[in-house]
Amino acid sequence: MSATDYLLLVVCMGVVTYLPRMLPLVTFSRRKFPAWFVEWLELIPPAILSALIAPTLFAQAAPRMFVLGKVELLAALPTLAFALKTRSLAGTVVVGMLCYWGVHYLG
Amino acid sequence: MAKTIDHVKEGVKAAWPICLGYFPIGLSLGVLAQKGGLSPWQVGLMSILVFAGGSQFIAVAMLGSGASIPAIVTTTFMVNLRHLLMSSALAVHFPGISRRFLALFAYGVTDESFAVNMVRFNRGGWDRRSALTLNQAGNLTWFVSTVAGVYVGQFIPSGTLGIDYALTGMFICLLVFQLRGPIFAATALLAAVCSVVAYLWLPGNAYVIVASSVAATAGFMLKRSLRRRGVRP
Repeated sequence: MSATDYLLLVVCMGVVTYLPRMLPLVTFSRRKFPAWFVEWLELIPPAILSALIAPTLFAQAAPRMFVLGKVELLAALPTLAFALKTRSLAGTVVVGMLCYWGVHYLG
Repeated sequence: MAKTIDHVKEGVKAAWPICLGYFPIGLSLGVLAQKGGLSPWQVGLMSILVFAGGSQFIAVAMLGSGASIPAIVTTTFMVNLRHLLMSSALAVHFPGISRRFLALFAYGVTDESFAVNMVRFNRGGWDRRSALTLNQAGNLTWFVSTVAGVYVGQFIPSGTLGIDYALTGMFICLLVFQLRGPIFAATALLAAVCSVVAYLWLPGNAYVIVASSVAATAGFMLKRSLRRRGVRP
């Protein structure tokens, strides 16, 4: 990717990230989202995060194929348990990395 | 003036846990970006312009797999749509504040700064200058740690300490933060199933958008039908 393409990429990413952060703060006093839209929007973050993680845990990339028992899945179980128990972002990242490392190299 | 300085100090004090949390994640992002062939200025520029951990990880991963610019931008937009809600909720605490201040404050709205600022606002006595400082302290930490990761990354061999798993670990925890009830859990489960199926059948990264839209809509309809039957989900 050329420097110009990269610049275009990060500027566009910046714009689509900034607008959802800015528009409601600035315009909230004038209009409100319809209730149904807010309810739908609330479900988007868990859906997106889950959709991002699932293929990493349950599928291989080339060729795309369903796989059960990947190292990523085995490491995810203690990582998930740790996240549920502590709710610590930094802690979960470190525990996840150590579990993955452990399963991958020692297991 | 002395008052402003006090408020800034308050903001920095409250930002400490966020900065501590951002540092290893920013470092991991820098390391992954370096392995993906990005230079320090490219990483720094992205951290300044975008300042959103999740979507920066995704962008680095998608760049590595040769995804197109529209695909990466669309995914970034979808991933960060959640800030609409946070920004809406925060707006209540800025009555009659100038648009210029709000436009500046909005830049630093992240999951973490939102969570801390909301708690402090609700507790009372939280000045908007403190809130802005907290956002910017997070941003500065993020910029420094992501760029530092690029340099440190050159000395870390591939696979060391499971750094490749930092992304998955962070998403697992962010997902846990999002599971605020049975409907949220059901939506996440459905999204996982849809995502794997779509990943196998659809080309590129379409699976993220397709699976999350389908799951959120299904979760929404489930919630509505439960409410119609008088069940409180």
